[in-house]
Amino acid sequence: MPSMDVNGNAVEVDEEGYLADINDWNKEIGSALAVTEEIELTDAHWEVIDFLREYYDEYQIAPAVRVLTKAIGKKLGKDKGNSKYLYELFPYGPAKQACKVGGLPKPTGCI
Amino acid sequence: MAGEIKQFLYVNRKAPYGTVYALESLEVVLIGAAFDQDVRLLFMDDGVFQIKKDQNTEASGLKNFSPTYNALGDYDVNKIYVSKESLDERGLTQDDLMPLVYEDEDDDWAEKSSIKIVSADEIRDLMEGSDVVLSF
Repeated sequence: MPSMDVNGNAVEVDEEGYLADINDWNKEIGSALAVTEEIELTDAHWEVIDFLREYYDEYQIAPAVRVLTKAIGKKLGKDKGNSKYLYELFPYGPAKQACKVGGLPKPTGCI
Repeated sequence: MAGEIKQFLYVNRKAPYGTVYALESLEVVLIGAAFDQDVRLLFMDDGVFQIKKDQNTEASGLKNFSPTYNALGDYDVNKIYVSKESLDERGLTQDDLMPLVYEDEDDDWAEKSSIKIVSADEIRDLMEGSDVVLSF
């Protein structure tokens, strides 16, 4: 299995660069994963990532982008619960990229 | 969106663990929910155990995926039918099932139960009224 170097530690990832074991995750690893996605993390990014991790914790799945958008709108407000806002943060797909940075598997229903 | 909306019925008849059917069905439902379909789920026979509450898979070492059924409401899958006969045969009632709910957009997001307990006659009507029946 491929691995990624995070401050001198080897962290296992799958062939698409998703973290192999979600229990390995911490914010340092999240930051390193963000670099592979060419994302500069801000508080706004972390807000979405934290939300996704909580969602995964509760439902054991990463939600599809449509579900994510709706759920974010409910939790963080309508100005954030829309595709425009989320795609500005994660240009290559909010569910996909935020899940990767958050150490979660690829979202169910994500092709 | 182009095309007509088809009525899909997913029939779940097997125990949640031991075979891969229950998890596969759930994943197909979640993926399919992204498309414009009218999705309904039916749990009967040992399939009723799939949505039993307080599942604990620790001793088996398998992943407990039952929390994922609670996400169905978010995916607009809110027509969940459970066979009364199958519950009765196993000494179960609706109180033994997870309280699967959805929020009704047309009713100020009021939380409502997705579960409906149905008789064998109603199950027959459900199947007859579906364009596609997928059995797991």
